[in-house]
Amino acid sequence: MDVATVIQILDSAVRLMTPLLLACLAGLFSERSGIFDIGLEGKMLMAAFASAAAAAVTGNVWIGLAAGVAGSLALSLIHGAASITFRGNQLISGVAINFLASGLTVLLGQTWFGLGGRTPALEGAARFAEWKLPFADRIAPVPVIGPLYSDVLSGHTPLVYAALLAVPATWWLLYRTRFGLRLRAVGENPASVDTAGVSVTRLRWTAIAITGLLTGLAGAYLATGLSAGFVKEMSAGRGYIALAALIFANWRPWRALGATFLFGLMEAVANRFPNIDLGPFTVPSMFMNALPYILTVIILAGFIGRATPPRAGGEPYVKER
Amino acid sequence: MSLLKSLLAGGATPALTVALAVAATATGALAEPALIFDLGGKFDKSFNEAAFAGAQRWVEETGGTYKELEMQSEAQREQALRRLAETGANPIVTTGFAFADVLNQVAPDYPDTRFVIIDTVVEQPNVQSVVYSEPEGSYLAGILAGMSSKSGTAGFIGGMDIPLIHKFQCGYAQGFMAARPDGKIVTNFTGTTPAAWNDPVKGAELARAQISQGADVIYAAAGGTGIGVLQAAADANVLSVGVDSNQNHLHPGKVLTSVLKRVDNSVYEAFKAGTAVEPGVKVMDLKSDGVGLAMDDNNKPLITPEMMAAVEDATAKIVAGETKVHDYMTDNACPAG
Repeated sequence: MDVATVIQILDSAVRLMTPLLLACLAGLFSERSGIFDIGLEGKMLMAAFASAAAAAVTGNVWIGLAAGVAGSLALSLIHGAASITFRGNQLISGVAINFLASGLTVLLGQTWFGLGGRTPALEGAARFAEWKLPFADRIAPVPVIGPLYSDVLSGHTPLVYAALLAVPATWWLLYRTRFGLRLRAVGENPASVDTAGVSVTRLRWTAIAITGLLTGLAGAYLATGLSAGFVKEMSAGRGYIALAALIFANWRPWRALGATFLFGLMEAVANRFPNIDLGPFTVPSMFMNALPYILTVIILAGFIGRATPPRAGGEPYVKER
Repeated sequence: MSLLKSLLAGGATPALTVALAVAATATGALAEPALIFDLGGKFDKSFNEAAFAGAQRWVEETGGTYKELEMQSEAQREQALRRLAETGANPIVTTGFAFADVLNQVAPDYPDTRFVIIDTVVEQPNVQSVVYSEPEGSYLAGILAGMSSKSGTAGFIGGMDIPLIHKFQCGYAQGFMAARPDGKIVTNFTGTTPAAWNDPVKGAELARAQISQGADVIYAAAGGTGIGVLQAAADANVLSVGVDSNQNHLHPGKVLTSVLKRVDNSVYEAFKAGTAVEPGVKVMDLKSDGVGLAMDDNNKPLITPEMMAAVEDATAKIVAGETKVHDYMTDNACPAG
């Protein structure tokens, strides 16, 4: 395996990591506030569709991005209404959102474009262009750092950098602001937050709105960054892998970056080497693709480390019984 | 009294319909044909749309009418088939291998109705099974790929890892190796679940990985995933090969050709034959014009006269039986890479 291959795999891993990272951070906000969200998949799908549809009609990818975020926020609103306002079961609401998105995207797509649920292919300004980071050409000749900076880090769409910046931003918000402290508290012990005179409902609604924003970015990246248009069910289970990454990361932002990069790397390796020959036996690509789930199950089972979810997660808050 | 009347009417209607259906099948010539589209939907720019085009051609030529139905979910299949059979539609054409199980159960109940299933084999006395010789079409695409590749490496990206898709890969590899004996084929499959048909993101990523390994002609037999493959290839300025219907127009000048399955021809012929559709297996190959390559203005600049001649030569040899394209499904193995 030569250097060029390693660089290519890392480059691919960064691209594959981005939607997972955005969705994982989205889930982090929601779950840290005590709202389980298995509807990440559906929100990403809806955002992918909305962004591709708007970008195809207007020819402007930024309008597409806004539409994607709006689509995802709309589903967040439903989830919030069901699980915060009406104190319904969060898992059921999440499942409902996944079904809703999977049906609605194809239905609307077929009605508007008549392409079997697909949107027209995006071209030019309707897609995210690749950004070259400053000095990429000048640093390129430097060994190790050069190719890492100019090939792996540079030359991605803006949403990749948005995702990378979202990690320290999330960390700062969660651990260095009053809002973050309250958010974490509301996921652990909402009664104590309520006693302190802070509105549990408002905190949870805010968290869910941030979730909608981030899944919106993730979905828009799928449809307008990585590919050029929407194809039905194009999220292809990435929302669930993001949930697995969230557990793997123990609900922490920096670890989320590590977990999603690891998962992206595994997929990139599996893409590049469908069958890894290890002498006596070969590892098929199916194994590499299943590895994120296997690792998560191992973590959940408590073999390595321990997953400690927010204590009040999944339970609607009732002020007085 | 009026309640009794409507009850009576309700009971009488189904009996009437059955009587009408029997009458229609007995007279035969008056029966309307029917077409059932599979889950992909009528306007999928591929398989189902080709079937629709065939039916429309029949309408234009004969001025006849036909019944059509689009599947919305797996559970509807049996009900849809039975309902169309009860109303006397004949023949009933279904697109897609997913109808096989249902048709096996339904067909014996309507011995006077003729069914046509496309893309798989159902062994019933009143069913015509249309299958396509994908390896032959892919073989021709492989020859073009071999002649237009500069690096000597070609890529194949399949959707779900099933034997049917290996058939495409194997035909392509054989054609490529015939044109480029020293060449190399890089093969990837998107996944092992149906999600692999609709993952353009992974398709694009696989294409990029293949391009970094030197592949400069990439053939995608992967449904919606192929859209991502063709896009990534066009972005990186390498050639790609489309599948099922003509995809040359997706990226003009960057899609080398498309391997066609003439589903439209099959539907057209079935409708034309009407109730005289012959049961049994009908293999659509190069000889019967059932498979082929898409040549139009979009890929004209890419095809040199030598390439055209090579394809015509290979076609003639396959039709004459001189060249045998190996079918992966006969022994689950491929002689070429």
